Amino acid sequence: MSLVAPRSVRRPLPRWVEIAVLPLVNVALAFLVVGIIARTIGVDSFHALKLLLVGAFGSSESIGYTLYYATNFIFTGLAVAVAFHAGLFNIGGEGQAYIGGLGCGLAVLALDRYLPGPLVIVLAILAAAAFGAAWAAVPAWMQAWRGSHIVITTIMFNFVASALMVYLMVNVLIAPGSMTAQSRGFAESASLPSMQAVLKSIGIAVAPSALNLAFVLALLSSVAVWIFLWRTSWGYALRTMGHNAEAAIYAGTSIRRMTMLAMCLSGALAGGVAVNELLGVHHRIVLDFPAGYGFAGIAVALMGRSHPLGIVLAALLFGALQQGGAELSFEIPAMTREMVVVIQGLVILFCGALAHLPRPWLQALFGRRG
Amino acid sequence: MQSLTAAAAAIELRGIDKSFGAVHAVRGVSLAIPRGSITGIVGENGAGKSTLMSILYGLYRADAGQILIDDRPVDMASPRDAIAHGIGMVHQHFMLVDTFTVLENLVLGAEGGPLLAGGFAAARAELTRLGQEYGLTVDPDARIADLSVGEQQRVEILKVLFRGARMLILDEPSAVLTPQETDRLFEILKSLRARGVTVVLITHKLREIMAVADRVIVMRQGAVVAERRTTETSTGELAELMVGRKIRLDLDKAPAVHGQTMLAARDLSLVDRRGVRLLNGVDLELRAGEIVGIAGVSGNGQTELLQVLSGIRPPTAGQLEVCGRVIDPAHPIDPAEMRALGLAHVPEDRLRQGLVAAFEASETSILGYQDQPPYCRNHLLDVPAVDKHCAELMRRFDVRPQTPGLRSSHFSGGNQQKLILAREMSRLPKVLLVGQPTRGVDIGAIEFIHRELVKSRDVGCAILVVSVELEEILSLADRILVMSGGRIIGEVAADQADERVLGRMMADA
Repeated sequence: MSLVAPRSVRRPLPRWVEIAVLPLVNVALAFLVVGIIARTIGVDSFHALKLLLVGAFGSSESIGYTLYYATNFIFTGLAVAVAFHAGLFNIGGEGQAYIGGLGCGLAVLALDRYLPGPLVIVLAILAAAAFGAAWAAVPAWMQAWRGSHIVITTIMFNFVASALMVYLMVNVLIAPGSMTAQSRGFAESASLPSMQAVLKSIGIAVAPSALNLAFVLALLSSVAVWIFLWRTSWGYALRTMGHNAEAAIYAGTSIRRMTMLAMCLSGALAGGVAVNELLGVHHRIVLDFPAGYGFAGIAVALMGRSHPLGIVLAALLFGALQQGGAELSFEIPAMTREMVVVIQGLVILFCGALAHLPRPWLQALFGRRG
Repeated sequence: MQSLTAAAAAIELRGIDKSFGAVHAVRGVSLAIPRGSITGIVGENGAGKSTLMSILYGLYRADAGQILIDDRPVDMASPRDAIAHGIGMVHQHFMLVDTFTVLENLVLGAEGGPLLAGGFAAARAELTRLGQEYGLTVDPDARIADLSVGEQQRVEILKVLFRGARMLILDEPSAVLTPQETDRLFEILKSLRARGVTVVLITHKLREIMAVADRVIVMRQGAVVAERRTTETSTGELAELMVGRKIRLDLDKAPAVHGQTMLAARDLSLVDRRGVRLLNGVDLELRAGEIVGIAGVSGNGQTELLQVLSGIRPPTAGQLEVCGRVIDPAHPIDPAEMRALGLAHVPEDRLRQGLVAAFEASETSILGYQDQPPYCRNHLLDVPAVDKHCAELMRRFDVRPQTPGLRSSHFSGGNQQKLILAREMSRLPKVLLVGQPTRGVDIGAIEFIHRELVKSRDVGCAILVVSVELEEILSLADRILVMSGGRIIGEVAADQADERVLGRMMADA
């Protein structure tokens, strides 16, 4: 028995409160502050909120864009979460998505003239995952064998990826005769069908948007990640390592191999962004398509409590903010692009850094005894 | 309850009550601790003595009740208040800076100004005075890392006295000491008492209470159930009072029936990266159907021995043979392969190694076996099978509460240990390594764990027990090996050993 000073006694909350109510309260707090800021710059907060919601969910087109953005957030959120469950903080989603795009694009550019479209698409998705995994494997290897901290190396690899892609796009992959640094277009057969086309084929009419089948892939990935983490012995070993590396060693898990596995999976998931952006929308390799999704994935995973279901919900919120925010700044000039970034920042602040702020109140309301 | 002593009370508690949620940890405790006495507080885990002392030291706030120091009611809002009222606490785990000298540790938090020189001079003078007055001599310029555990504990006591404590609470002070060091500690406590210092001793070692305390307070389920003069009670009575029923600590066990050798270590050595020799040529043989106990002061290679024997660390020299497989530096093995050979391991430090605090009990119940049927097929976990397995373990080993879905960290230490033992023993291993089988486990559970270990032995399991509790080694083992400085320095048959013999071997090496 020890009389060491007790940690602040943290009573557990019921699971549903932890997963559903706490994030909602956090979002509500964030919007409260947003409302106050909007008021101070002379914008009617309720009107702005309405515009934001209508902009995100008001029509089949806006819903399409919201889900299209959410697709990217799901992929990067899952990427961060898988590494996080292994006790690894992967900040390199940005670079892994970028290099995933290289793999994806190279596969299509090399094969789209020779192989049937669906086969090219499957190979391109695998290539995106493989390249993303490979880009994560190097920092993972350096951590597992050399002890270089993964937070530092993955950040640096983002810069390396960015520089490498600029070099390749400008000097190697640029379409002949083009003035912009982008590759030739993919063959039409080697593009992921848009959701509009898919729904039309089964008789549902929706407005065209950037939403494509990558969204379905993202949802399937979420289910797969859940099964992997909680229903396989690998996921069990991975979570054991994340919670208690000594227990993992005791159980016979190789920390090195598990670090490699977790980071490669994480990188492969980040590669999903490339599938959505390049195969689904741009149909060519372009510069800077990860556009910060890799970093936002950290906030998404944090807010989703690293659980696939939570991540999908958080990704929807971030997608809605992205899409609704764009509409908002279009409608109300005072709500500039920068104000929308402020809103996103506040949501991240309240859901991430201050996530446990409302906990004492919720404990008073729902706290389980004992 | 009427106090037994008429002397003025240094500390008086009146009607102290404390609940954590539904757990009523302390129930209306009233007691008085006379000035200049040594009072022992005993009780099982969860009896409330830790909580009670935490309230006295200002770590927790009581829901109801009053604390009186020198007959005046005081408000203990934080340890700072406790220190201001002259209460000091020596924790079980020392809170010293290893790379600092004794003097530097002493002035830490009481530097007495922005420049250290003045504080150091004052502290040196005070240290000399305290040393003379209480016989607490320590070299003020020695680095903590170079001191023995017993000396480090003396520094802890000096730290408390240096801050002007007149009342001293010691939490399991002898847990890390050799019997000889414990005796020296008790001499110091007695000389403190002679100078009017009030000492409160929290321990589960009844024999020590009998040796040093004047009075003993027994707690059970949050309440004080008895108060005795040590001259008027016995360890047997105290044990009974603690548990509320009769306890048999000595095991009835049949003589061991030796089978073939299951584990053999020859000249096993382990040198770490800095060249420190952690194991130094260990020879060891473990046969089916016997329990071999390893005694020794902690930190003499027992931890490393378990690591090498269980496959967590490869040896740097020598050879190990487990169930017919030879392991040496050129042919290492990992813990999973060891398990496949039929070796099970109950680790010394259950929180750091044996379980994952955030996992549900059912998940903890397959740690290390997560790839094995029936819990797992083709790498897919069979969750209902895992739950069923865990419920079965809980039923057989009386783990409470019997809730496989509860987080592992929400079980008490004894129940965690029973779950780990159940996990390791349920696969009927050929070799079982057990580190500190009953550390932090209450008396009722100790009895149970010991009986289970003997049962395993009787069906032919080869068991190695490492424990710092000599009593435990003496009652469990058929053969006893004494470890010191990374070597086995002696072997004694259990029927020829007693605490004095072992203690001398442990200390002399």
